[in-house]
Amino acid sequence: MIEMQDVYKKYDNGMIAVKGISVKINKGEFVYVVGPSGAGKTTFIKLMYREERATKGSIIVNNFNVTKLSDQKVPQLRRQLGVVYQDFKLLPKLTVYENVAFALEVTEAEPKVIRKRVAEVLQKVGLTKKAKHFPQELSGGEQQRVAIARAIVNKPAVLIADEPTGNLDPDNAWSIMDIFNDINQDGTTIVMATHNKDIVNTMRRRVIAVEDGVIVRDEYGGDYGYEH
Amino acid sequence: MNINTIRRHFRESFRSLGRNGWMTFASISAVTVTLMIVGVFAMLMANVSHIASNLEQDVEIKVLIELTADAEAEQQLVNAIAHMPAIADYEYSSKEQELATLIEDFGDDWKLYEQSNPLHNVIYVRALQPKDIPHLAAEINNLSNTADVVYGEEKVERLFDALSLARNIGFFLIVGLLFTAVFLISNTIRITIIARGDEIEIMKLVGATNSFVRMPFLLEGMWLGMLGALIPMGLTIVLYHQLYDVVAPRVSGQLIELVPPTPVVYEVAGLLLLLAIAIGVVGSFMSVRKFLRI
Ligand SMILES: Nc1ncnc2c1ncn2[C@@H]1O[C@H](COP(=O)(O)OP(=O)(O)OP(=O)(O)O)[C@@H](O)[C@H]1O
Ligand SMILES: [Mg+2]
Repeated sequence: MIEMQDVYKKYDNGMIAVKGISVKINKGEFVYVVGPSGAGKTTFIKLMYREERATKGSIIVNNFNVTKLSDQKVPQLRRQLGVVYQDFKLLPKLTVYENVAFALEVTEAEPKVIRKRVAEVLQKVGLTKKAKHFPQELSGGEQQRVAIARAIVNKPAVLIADEPTGNLDPDNAWSIMDIFNDINQDGTTIVMATHNKDIVNTMRRRVIAVEDGVIVRDEYGGDYGYEH
Repeated sequence: MNINTIRRHFRESFRSLGRNGWMTFASISAVTVTLMIVGVFAMLMANVSHIASNLEQDVEIKVLIELTADAEAEQQLVNAIAHMPAIADYEYSSKEQELATLIEDFGDDWKLYEQSNPLHNVIYVRALQPKDIPHLAAEINNLSNTADVVYGEEKVERLFDALSLARNIGFFLIVGLLFTAVFLISNTIRITIIARGDEIEIMKLVGATNSFVRMPFLLEGMWLGMLGALIPMGLTIVLYHQLYDVVAPRVSGQLIELVPPTPVVYEVAGLLLLLAIAIGVVGSFMSVRKFLRI
């Protein structure tokens, strides 16, 4: 499903954020990526959907050779992944409904299919009543759930989430974990970068700890492992 | 691209016009102001051209025939002129006809000369190309039995120089203006797109192709151009008609007259519309391009 071989990422300013990561994540797994701030978690995740290009090494995601992928094929890769961004990245001028529908419109899906599917996921994240609102009219937790709805609306094989519970109170954080658990049960692979000690220690899954651009621990059912 | 997608792009482009209210207004204003100036210059150019070609057509060469020439010699001269390739047409006028014209134009005082007519028999010659006139005149002057050849020499030459200068200046002004317009408008559109750079980035991250992102922007550029062209088109048509109605009666029968509005105002209006659409689409295309590289 996801396979990295000796991957390096050097940013234009000379910062090397990922220093030789090799990892294999199988279909249906649920993986936490933990580590201190600046460890390279976000960079590691961005390499998967090619927001950033690897400087060295090979990355395979869903049978796409990400490191060798031409610009024209990148949209196809991204349509098979659902990404929840740390800063949500919702389109401010579109309503909740339109934001979620957009991920299907780009695939040129039938309007009928779009309507049905968007209604389904809005119900799943509990936002049916807010469908006509604009993002800035929503709370942080609600915006986070819109981002999740958009990420899962085209039934991605892999859901990638960068601190999806950051800045949320425990109730909101757990309701988001319920959704993740749900779709993981349905067979979706989940990769989630997080600083949430409670969640990692309570809902035990595979834990990959990154420090200074390298994997220092890879443990099934492991704990968070940091004081904060 | 299927029909639903095309419909979506249209819907999106209209919606974006409304949601970017001020920027839409700014872009349309930029198109409007520039095209209005272009419209004025285009009409000026049309008139300069019209006047120039009127004047050019009006210039003729007057060939005075030697008083000593007999009928046979005159016929030879006429034949020689008639066979020159640079000639459009010619007309023979006897000295009696010449005097009659003079009397008609300047009054009965000239009747005095009916007894002993001092005038020459004359051949009027028009050239196919006005700029050939000096050369043609010299050639005719070399034929035998010509007393003199007149065509307002220096005046005509200076007039032609002035007109072609005016035409060239007008042409460069319009080209310069158009460059300014493209620059101004693509800059305005660029500002609206920079403000939406984040949007474009998000669209691409969600899996939109470049053409999917670009299409609504191109359509929007087209609408901006079309909306911006409306006022300049209307003003060109209406104001020129009014100007013509006021000026035309006062200058009728004179050398310098305005171009009749039809069809030229409609041609200029059509040109403005095409120009505006091209500017809008090209401006959008150039501005959106650099945001698509993610
Ligand atoms: N676009 C960029 N250009 C240059 N350096 C960058 C860029 N993005 C990240 N970095 C640097 O790379 C390193 C890793 O950053 P990254 O965002 O991957 O860390 P992180 O583990 O996600 O941290 P956090 O937990 O705070 O989100 C940091 O030192 C950061 O400053
Ligand atoms: Mg991060």
